[in-house]
Amino acid sequence: MIYVVIGFLWLSICAYVILGGADFGAGIVELFTRKKNRSKTKTIMYESIAPVWEANHMWLIIAIVILFVGFPEIYTTLSTYLHIPLVLMLVGIIARGTAFTFRHYDAVKDDWQKVYTQIFYFSSLLTPFFLGLIAAATVSRSINPDAQSFPDLYIFSWLNWFGIAVGLFTVSLCAYLASVFALRETTNRLELGLMIRKSHQTMLFVIITGILVFVSAYLSDIPLLYWIFSKPLGIMAVSFATISLLLILRAMHKQKLLPVRALAGFQIIMILVAATYQHNPNIILFGNGEHLSLLEYSAAAKTISALGWALILGSIFILPFLFYLMISFSKQRK
Amino acid sequence: MDDFLAARAQMAMSLGFHIIFSCVGMVMPFLMAFAHWKYLKTKNEVYKGLTKAWSKGVAILFATGAVSGTMLSFELGLLWPEFMKHAGPIFGMPFSLEGTAFFIEAIAIGFFLYGWDRFNKWFHWFCGFLVGLSGLASGILVVAANAWMNSPAGFDFVDGQYLNIDPIKAMFNEAWFPQALHMTVAAFCATGFAVAGVHAYLIMRKKNVEFHTKAFRIAAGFALIGAFGAPLSGDIAAKSVAERQPIKLAAMEAHFETEKGASFVIGGIPDEEKEEIKYALKIPKVLSFLVSNDFNSEVKGLKDFPKDEWPPIAVVHYAFQIMIFFGVVMIIIGMIYLYAVFFKKEWLTRNWLLKTFLYATPFGYIALEAGWTVTEVGRQPWIIYGIMRTADAVTPMPGIQYSFYFFTAIFVSLSLIIIFLLNRQIKMVPKLYDPTDAQFNSKNKKS
Repeated sequence: MIYVVIGFLWLSICAYVILGGADFGAGIVELFTRKKNRSKTKTIMYESIAPVWEANHMWLIIAIVILFVGFPEIYTTLSTYLHIPLVLMLVGIIARGTAFTFRHYDAVKDDWQKVYTQIFYFSSLLTPFFLGLIAAATVSRSINPDAQSFPDLYIFSWLNWFGIAVGLFTVSLCAYLASVFALRETTNRLELGLMIRKSHQTMLFVIITGILVFVSAYLSDIPLLYWIFSKPLGIMAVSFATISLLLILRAMHKQKLLPVRALAGFQIIMILVAATYQHNPNIILFGNGEHLSLLEYSAAAKTISALGWALILGSIFILPFLFYLMISFSKQRK
Repeated sequence: MDDFLAARAQMAMSLGFHIIFSCVGMVMPFLMAFAHWKYLKTKNEVYKGLTKAWSKGVAILFATGAVSGTMLSFELGLLWPEFMKHAGPIFGMPFSLEGTAFFIEAIAIGFFLYGWDRFNKWFHWFCGFLVGLSGLASGILVVAANAWMNSPAGFDFVDGQYLNIDPIKAMFNEAWFPQALHMTVAAFCATGFAVAGVHAYLIMRKKNVEFHTKAFRIAAGFALIGAFGAPLSGDIAAKSVAERQPIKLAAMEAHFETEKGASFVIGGIPDEEKEEIKYALKIPKVLSFLVSNDFNSEVKGLKDFPKDEWPPIAVVHYAFQIMIFFGVVMIIIGMIYLYAVFFKKEWLTRNWLLKTFLYATPFGYIALEAGWTVTEVGRQPWIIYGIMRTADAVTPMPGIQYSFYFFTAIFVSLSLIIIFLLNRQIKMVPKLYDPTDAQFNSKNKKS
């Protein structure tokens, strides 16, 4: 049963990165769009996402609940040593969720819209940045429970170049996902052209920030290259991600849009596989050489089995309903 | 402010806010579904407008409840890591089920808000109803986790170790049913009165009277269920507290001496130093009767417990008095309203009745917050009753006070914006929601 639970944890993280990430990305793309195209971009990206966005963010809650019920030691370690970036991420989540709702449901459309929109943009940018930063901190050996001073325990546990690079990479990934996902929401050639240009730009950013991640890992003595390329699965994942990239470019060129979404999702999963597989099942690597493993630090067997069943039953209820929601509202503008 | 106090203050504030949003999220969808059902039955467009107007309120408050809930799921670990490390696997079961309920709620709300004229009308109606149902389920499940902290079950505590963990037993702990029942009823009461009060005010303004009258009637109906259900469920809850946490009951009543035929204390100023209560109104033997249906039964007093296990007596006692006071006031208002409905129809349109409801707008929420204060502060100094002290659970990270100030600022501004937004929704009723109004423009609305 422990593998079922780990599977669900992994899947909900993937789902959050892909669906929630695309959602964050929509805000980022809008922020970096020139004023003239902004309202068009907004319409393309939001009209179809609005009914689904609440559900996209539930995945984070599922992941957190799995962590604190099934892997309490890991959850509490993260929340103790990464307190500050977690709080900043939370602020982002709160600001973004509420600003999005307010901008959508405010009965009067006046200058307040600008306020909501600004908050929405910047929180869309900050939340995935901190998400990436936190993820980086779990494997960069920067968390050191043996440290003595406040900065070493609670600040340099996450503040380093590698973390910042991964944060930027996450931001670019979100923007990329959003623009690729939005391709199918376009209704005419003009809009499609606009979004294809955006997809190319964001793709470029993903590649640049990806290189930054490797460079910063090298500079901070994190054996990222070794982790990824020392095992066949890592090499496979990276090659699949690269091949998908080429396929996406080709599909976009031919304007075949359905496979583009699937490929982009697949690409993200491959990136996550490459990033996590090597030290699996260790989820947190400490600065003092120790690590927390999902297998060793799981809760009592009875809890894991109850949690596993709750997740299985829950997904039987949720998934068909969620799927129906997604297909019901996709392409509603046509 | 020291870190421990700051952590408690931050937790109390976060929960205090979240409770308001989540109770609205639990009850408002039922009001909305009721109005929707009326529309489907009567084809009266006013009900449709009302359903839409309320659904916008639900959307705004649900989103706020969802983010404040997400925040709480992190805050548990950010502030109380030692607690979560041990408690997570034991009391986590309801949380994992709640995840499902919450997810369903989020999906259903998507269907409902954007589904007008797109789906079979009864499927659409059911989605609205489902928002309420799953919201209610979420609430009941989360209360199960809180109840476990009051009535720990499903493990053996041996030499500081938590052994033989059984999450199912932990979920079905003794406090769950009484707490969840009382909380649900209170949520109906609080939301019902709050909504009824707002619409009563708008009726008095003599604008869109038919629209607001319909809204008022529905909300008042729900408020009544809550107002009359509260003492009944409260009685069950009090008996359960007396049995499981006699010290909490003693604090609620500022009851210092153990005695037979204990009197029910109303008001007064408890003095923890001198271990007595001054200026209180005492009704002989009633407390004994309330906790055990026997006028002469023994009720344990605070002096029977070591002083380092006392909760803050004054806070618990005052909070309990506030809850009872507003509860009684709401019952009286409810009875007047019922009397009017059955015997004096003309009262229903009178200003004094509407004014009464207007003043009662916050009463339900005041009582609800006071009730939660009793539950939470009354459990102190324990975070897991009798097992782990709150002070031992707090995060080792210093500087929590800044986090507290920060979150206070966020919550205060969030609340202001929500009040502002709801106010704007209300102002737009003539244009967006009331089809009988001359200003109504169906093209205006964006559903």
